Amino acid sequence: MSATKALLLLIPLAPLFGALLAGLFGRAIGRTGAHLATILGVATALGAALVVANMVFAQGFRYNENLYTWLSIGTLQLNVGFLIDPLTATMMVVVTFVSLMVHIYTIGYMHEDPGYQRFFSYIALFTFAMLMLVMSNNFLQLFFGWEAVGLVSYLLIGFWFTRPTAVYANMKAFLVNRVGDFGFLLGIGMVLAYTGSLDYTTVFGFAQGLGGSMVTLIPGHAWSLMTVICILLFIGAMGKSAQMPLHVWLPDSMEGPTPISALIHAATMVTAGIFMVSRMSPLFEMSATARSVVLVIGATTALFMAFLGIIQYDIKRVVAYSTLSQLGYMTVALGVSAYPVAIFHLATHAFFKALLFLGAGSVIHAMHHEQDMRHMGGLRKHLPITYWTAVVGSLALAGIPPFAGFYSKDLIIEAVQASHAAGSEYALFAVMAGVFITAFYSFRMLFMTFHGDERMDHHTREHLHESPWVITLPLVLLAIPSLLSGLMGVQPLVFGDYFGSAIVLGPDSPVLELRKEWEGVLHFTLHGMTALPFFLALSGIALSAWMYLLRPDVPAAIKARMGGIYTLLDNKYYFDRFNEVVFAGGAQVLGGGLFRIGDQTIIDGGLVNGSAALVARGAGLIRRLQTGFLYNYAFMMIFGVFALLTIWLFKA
Amino acid sequence: MSTIPNFAPAAAEILLLALVSLVLVIDLYIDQARRALTYYLSQGTVLLTVLVLVNHVNTAPVFTFSNMFVDDTLGRVLKVLVLLTVSVVFAYGRQYAEERDMLKGEFFSLILFATLGMMVLISANHFLTLYLGLELLALAQYALVALQRDSARATEAAMKYFVLGALASGLLLYGMSMIYGGTGSLNLQEVAQGLASGRVDHVVASVGLVFIVAGLAFKLGVVPFHMWIPDVYEGAPTAVTLFIGSAPKIAGVAFFVRMLGEGLAPLAHDWQQMLVLLAVVSMALGNITAIAQTNLKRMLAYSTISHMGFVLLGILAATQQGYAAATFYISTYTLMALGAFGVMLLLSRAGFEAEQLNDYKGLNKRNPWFALIMLLVMISMAGIPPSVGFFAKLSVLRAALDAGYTWLVVVAVLLSLIGAFYYLRVIKLMYMDEPEDTSPIGGDLDVRVLLSVNGLAVLLFGILPQPLLSLFNHAVVQSLR
Repeated sequence: MSATKALLLLIPLAPLFGALLAGLFGRAIGRTGAHLATILGVATALGAALVVANMVFAQGFRYNENLYTWLSIGTLQLNVGFLIDPLTATMMVVVTFVSLMVHIYTIGYMHEDPGYQRFFSYIALFTFAMLMLVMSNNFLQLFFGWEAVGLVSYLLIGFWFTRPTAVYANMKAFLVNRVGDFGFLLGIGMVLAYTGSLDYTTVFGFAQGLGGSMVTLIPGHAWSLMTVICILLFIGAMGKSAQMPLHVWLPDSMEGPTPISALIHAATMVTAGIFMVSRMSPLFEMSATARSVVLVIGATTALFMAFLGIIQYDIKRVVAYSTLSQLGYMTVALGVSAYPVAIFHLATHAFFKALLFLGAGSVIHAMHHEQDMRHMGGLRKHLPITYWTAVVGSLALAGIPPFAGFYSKDLIIEAVQASHAAGSEYALFAVMAGVFITAFYSFRMLFMTFHGDERMDHHTREHLHESPWVITLPLVLLAIPSLLSGLMGVQPLVFGDYFGSAIVLGPDSPVLELRKEWEGVLHFTLHGMTALPFFLALSGIALSAWMYLLRPDVPAAIKARMGGIYTLLDNKYYFDRFNEVVFAGGAQVLGGGLFRIGDQTIIDGGLVNGSAALVARGAGLIRRLQTGFLYNYAFMMIFGVFALLTIWLFKA
Repeated sequence: MSTIPNFAPAAAEILLLALVSLVLVIDLYIDQARRALTYYLSQGTVLLTVLVLVNHVNTAPVFTFSNMFVDDTLGRVLKVLVLLTVSVVFAYGRQYAEERDMLKGEFFSLILFATLGMMVLISANHFLTLYLGLELLALAQYALVALQRDSARATEAAMKYFVLGALASGLLLYGMSMIYGGTGSLNLQEVAQGLASGRVDHVVASVGLVFIVAGLAFKLGVVPFHMWIPDVYEGAPTAVTLFIGSAPKIAGVAFFVRMLGEGLAPLAHDWQQMLVLLAVVSMALGNITAIAQTNLKRMLAYSTISHMGFVLLGILAATQQGYAAATFYISTYTLMALGAFGVMLLLSRAGFEAEQLNDYKGLNKRNPWFALIMLLVMISMAGIPPSVGFFAKLSVLRAALDAGYTWLVVVAVLLSLIGAFYYLRVIKLMYMDEPEDTSPIGGDLDVRVLLSVNGLAVLLFGILPQPLLSLFNHAVVQSLR
């Protein structure tokens, strides 16, 4: 085995080893053993990922090989293999870095929890699955990673499995993701059916020739094959990356412990859909229709989920809705073919969103698991480190230069402006309005939590204290990239040819225009400070300062006046109600009907009892053949020969 | 051509014959108290033969004894599998035989002679060698079934098996003589050349083919030549059923591949259609009748019949892919059959056969580990992933699909669905019912370990099937044209 191969294998296997050790031998190695094993595993993976990333960027290293053939039947080959290119390297570093931060943070956050070892085992297992997903060179392994991260997400949302709400939430996440995965699996099936391979390189090579192919799913209607495949794959992304209308599981996933909200439901797993679409850019570049679908869904998610952030009082839910909205921004970037910009926003978002979540966790920890912001306020004095890192995170989220979010979000807006895709006008409005709302709710959260009067009860106030260093250290370490990653990344990631051939850009991709337009970071920053989004963000902050610092009576007054809209938002546009009534209710009615007519009458009455009767009768008949008499047996054989002879002699 | 033939390709068979004779003689001088020695000598014989086989593998087939005998990779792989199976049979069956006063030299020497017959059959390149191997195997099997002389059930089964076997041999010989009459040769390659030349009368070839297929089908137990299977499985002592239900199936598939795939390859178009018929009725009758059984041995007998229908799916593709799939299927089937009968032998004790389905009620409460092993074997027989049985079914179905038999694949999948019922019923009995019998489960440590390995192998090869698949692909590609 070559040294490279060993190095690459080390990246996913080190966390897996840690997960197995903590999961299977958790009792034997104890709490310290469990967190040491998993942290060492993830740290090893981070180290190896950094080495590989350095090789990729400094030496132009590329790798695409199958390591193991899992199964080959006929012409179908199912392999396990790695594809290492700039896209993979970026994802590997982001995933392992955020994961390591969350591991360290967990030591402090979960230290009283009886499921300590189990938790570490899960998050290390998640890291393994996510790495398998991003490092894959074929659709099958991608699907394996996709399902494995979904499984761990399910396990972690329901980590406190004695709470009914947590169990409800993890079921919901699992079921909604099934809907998305069904589309995804159909998409993979179509790819296999039309290209005969699951290997990325082969499929992408083959796809060039399939651009004009049509497929008839309903007789009389022919669709472009690529459009069908891309939309099916995107349905998978909609489930995993929580795009409307498959977003309903993500807010509820906040039932899980905060560290996994940061790792899985903000920074990494939910971005798997964004990563997948970028990876499939050669396919998506062949269908403008599919890209427009992506664009409209992304824009809708970006705007409408931001509205919901305004009225939440649960600190984690505010961050959750902001995640939904930001995922919408990334999807918008995908929709206008600006894949590098989407990945750029994915990376910056991973840092500042993990920071905000962990900051929220630190507050919750200090407040003894109180999550309602109406019972907080004035925490700035008590939690100074948490406060300042939260300021960094909020500025990044609101998109104030020079914080990371500014660059990536502004580029998305610029890309939408430069795009001529169908639906881009709507998307432009959505992302512009989204900037204002984002700035408003992120500072609303900051002000309600850290400023103003101290609204907590006496007992909680007595015990307020800054979190231990294992919690604050990850906050500080995440604040650094939240501040700098945009400034440093924008030049190579978007303006330079960082991704090379890993991402295919069509001739009308706005990224090419952006590259021509901007001369450098400074130029872009200065322009950004005179452009509309910046002022929208500032006015959003100003409005929230006015409403929550200067005139705290205003929100209540608005709430009283705008009853209808408030109720609509409070019920999250009735998506859950709709699902419960139409899908769950409909399924129950359908199920009831099927049970009575289909199950009891046809299946039980006809097929089961009928076929059982038939089988019993048949078996009885055949049993009669098995008389036990030798001459009957011999006759049966002679009969067989006679029958075969008759058929074949007649044919001859 | 030298007058002294090249013995090297048959070294393993020669060694086995010498050692069996030695065991036979030594056993005469051992008293019953020290019969364990025979067991160890027999195991040693088997393992030594395996060592000789794996010691050196030719990349191309080597012919000897005037082209009557061939030594190729496929042959070596199958022989090693047969020998390993026999070794497991000895281990599982030993305690059972001891408790029933069957642990005599005959038990071992008959099985070893049958093994020799199988090895000759696997390496045959000539109608006479095929027949020689077949009869050596069959005669030893008849005697094995009748090993419990005082049991009326066993002697009746042996009698039936013997008469029907003789009839099948007659059919086979008649078919061979027709082909010989048409082509003027008994050598497989020459027969193939003769048939391919088109000089043979089609009626003669068809009649010969029908009789040969009938003889082959009897060996494998395919409907309507299956009648002996349920009676023999049930009538024979379980340790003997274990043997009859495992290793000879591997030899049977080799028999099919040599005879049809090599000798009668030019008639493929005809025998493919015959096998389609036989496969469908086998899968249907096996799966449906198994549902009505209350005796586990009989249920497994019918399950065998349906599994052999699946094996035919691979063979009737008449491609290298198909032969590889069929040999893969039969190896995994052997693994599963060993596991199922192994659990049955483990549960049985003096005076108790553990052969009724109700004897498995609540096994999970009595012994969760071996209930799990049985569960793995059952889901594998039903073809549920991630067990190896799933991949076995997948590969034969894929071979049949690639050969153009789409409707047949659909039928096979539907029938396997029916079949899933009776395997799942065993699981239901083990896990959801209360035990009727609470006596502890015995078994020597070596058997328990071996049985655990056996059951886990079903799972392991289900998760990582590629090594086995590659082995058979490789062997078929190197051995058959």
